[in-house]
Amino acid sequence: MAKAKTIDTSKPMKIKESTGYRIFTVCNTILMVIICVVMLYPFVYLVAQSFSSAEAILAGKVSLLPVDFSVDTYAHVIQMQNYIFVRNYANTIIYSILGTVLALVFSCLLAYPLSKRELRANKVVGPFVIFTMYFAAGMIPNYVLMTSLGLKDNVLAFVIPSMISTYYVILMRSFFETVPRELEEAGEIDGLSMWGAFLHVALPLSKPIIATMTLFYLVQYWNNWFDAFLYLSQQEMWPVAYQLRNLISTSQNVQDAAEALSINANIKSCAMVLTAAPIICVYPFIQRYFVQGMMLGGVKG
Amino acid sequence: MSVRTKKTEAYTLANRPPKESWGRHFRKYWQLYAMMALPVLYYIIFRYLPMAGNIIAFRRYRAGSSIFGDEWRGLDYFGQFINDSNFWQAFRNTLLLNFEYLIISFPLTIILALLLNEIKNVRFKKVVQTISYLPHFISMVILAGIVRELLSTSGPINNLLTSLGFDAISFISLPEWFPTIFVTSGVWQGIGWGTILYLAAMTGINPELYEAAALDGANKFQQCLHVTIPAILPTIATLLVLNIGQLCGSAAFEKVFLLYNPTTYETADIIGTYVYRMGLVSGNFSYATAVGLFQGIINLVLLTAANWASKRLTGSSLY
Repeated sequence: MAKAKTIDTSKPMKIKESTGYRIFTVCNTILMVIICVVMLYPFVYLVAQSFSSAEAILAGKVSLLPVDFSVDTYAHVIQMQNYIFVRNYANTIIYSILGTVLALVFSCLLAYPLSKRELRANKVVGPFVIFTMYFAAGMIPNYVLMTSLGLKDNVLAFVIPSMISTYYVILMRSFFETVPRELEEAGEIDGLSMWGAFLHVALPLSKPIIATMTLFYLVQYWNNWFDAFLYLSQQEMWPVAYQLRNLISTSQNVQDAAEALSINANIKSCAMVLTAAPIICVYPFIQRYFVQGMMLGGVKG
Repeated sequence: MSVRTKKTEAYTLANRPPKESWGRHFRKYWQLYAMMALPVLYYIIFRYLPMAGNIIAFRRYRAGSSIFGDEWRGLDYFGQFINDSNFWQAFRNTLLLNFEYLIISFPLTIILALLLNEIKNVRFKKVVQTISYLPHFISMVILAGIVRELLSTSGPINNLLTSLGFDAISFISLPEWFPTIFVTSGVWQGIGWGTILYLAAMTGINPELYEAAALDGANKFQQCLHVTIPAILPTIATLLVLNIGQLCGSAAFEKVFLLYNPTTYETADIIGTYVYRMGLVSGNFSYATAVGLFQGIINLVLLTAANWASKRLTGSSLY
């Protein structure tokens, strides 16, 4: 390495790109386009199937565009079993909102005090919370507890298990730690209580993390089906993801010969498209909030 | 290479807060303690109580008895599963599937991050990122549905095979295909999102380092090798170690549960799904709890070791 190389910074530097690098750039661009196609193709395929006829799908004619285009499948999925799909869809919306609100309140109420270094009990509460990331009770003890609390067939059984994510609490705590202490102190001098400082100083300054957490929790509840599978036995209470799971997995054990007898692929695809649509449609516009959240977590990593 | 700054001493003797009594401390901060009361209660009931509920791995539990069981059985249930070949099959599959996924997805994620970093057109880069992150947000149910549709006997993959003159394969019901399906779908879903931490580390690189390297005659490939990779090495090390800490975990439970079937148990059944079937389908609650506890303890040991190693290696850990 050159020891004393003076660089003239007054002139902007121009680094010539080699032919090799230009070839690389072209290949890289092509590769990225291929990756995008691979990432998107399954969704395109689902949409194509959902607008196609079952016969065309079985004959293997559908690969990119719908064959025998019709919207009848959508009408069928929406109307089947007395509008059960619509009912489940509404459930998902209600559960997601309820769950997210509760999750946010609980997570904030825990993360904010945890971010206060002067709180002596944090020496105990911090490890108490973090330990659950290292060791979690298994599926069976959780199930036994929920059933013995009488939460079977109760909406709370769907909401409670994923209500506080320890990882998210830690992300939020890190964020709250960055809120300038002086601002809160100023508020307290102006007569705010500690609750007031939390509500009127810390929370407004923490909008980015709250936005991110809202999205994380919303997606988590929107996609959750397993807690419904364990605890909710009545179809009218199911979230749409669980209804979808039953549609998709009916043919689980009869994959080979009887596949044709199971639910038609266009119905399955249609249900999948409807379930994923809100996330896929909204996601591109709010993507940066998700990434922002990951970055916050990555600061330490 | 990296500049280590001297640790600043946050608390010197002079500005350390005076010790106050616990009574005064509580009176001063009662509002903050009130805030955390409910969440802490949540942790006690829904996180720690089930942990204590693991006691039924040593006690007989029957439907209707107390959540802590009704009769001591000592290590009976542990003896039972240790002598059960189905348990060992699940144990082996858990390690194998996690390991195969790790060694394939981990390097691919780093390569994708490096390639993304080379894209100069900001808009194009954003588009690629947005698209590649998308599968991460899809429910496991939909992922499983997509896999089933793509691999069905009339699906596009089999269409391609038959048009090339091969026989159609019923992928989903063949045990030898399960690991491939598992890893491929995992890479599809996780690779884009996985690049975020690396890209974050890359944006922190001082551009002058590249300029200096270029002045020294390094071409783009050499710059990547000697500037970019060293800069993300701590992130790589941390993530690798933490991933190793989760090798025995059942993070993939939902995916396996939605994609496996009795004909593929041989390569697909993992501890999580085994626990589910033993406990909630067959009703052997204590037996299944013992298996789950065994896995939980392995995870605890592995994660603690991994976190310790990560701290030693790079001075940082995720938790």
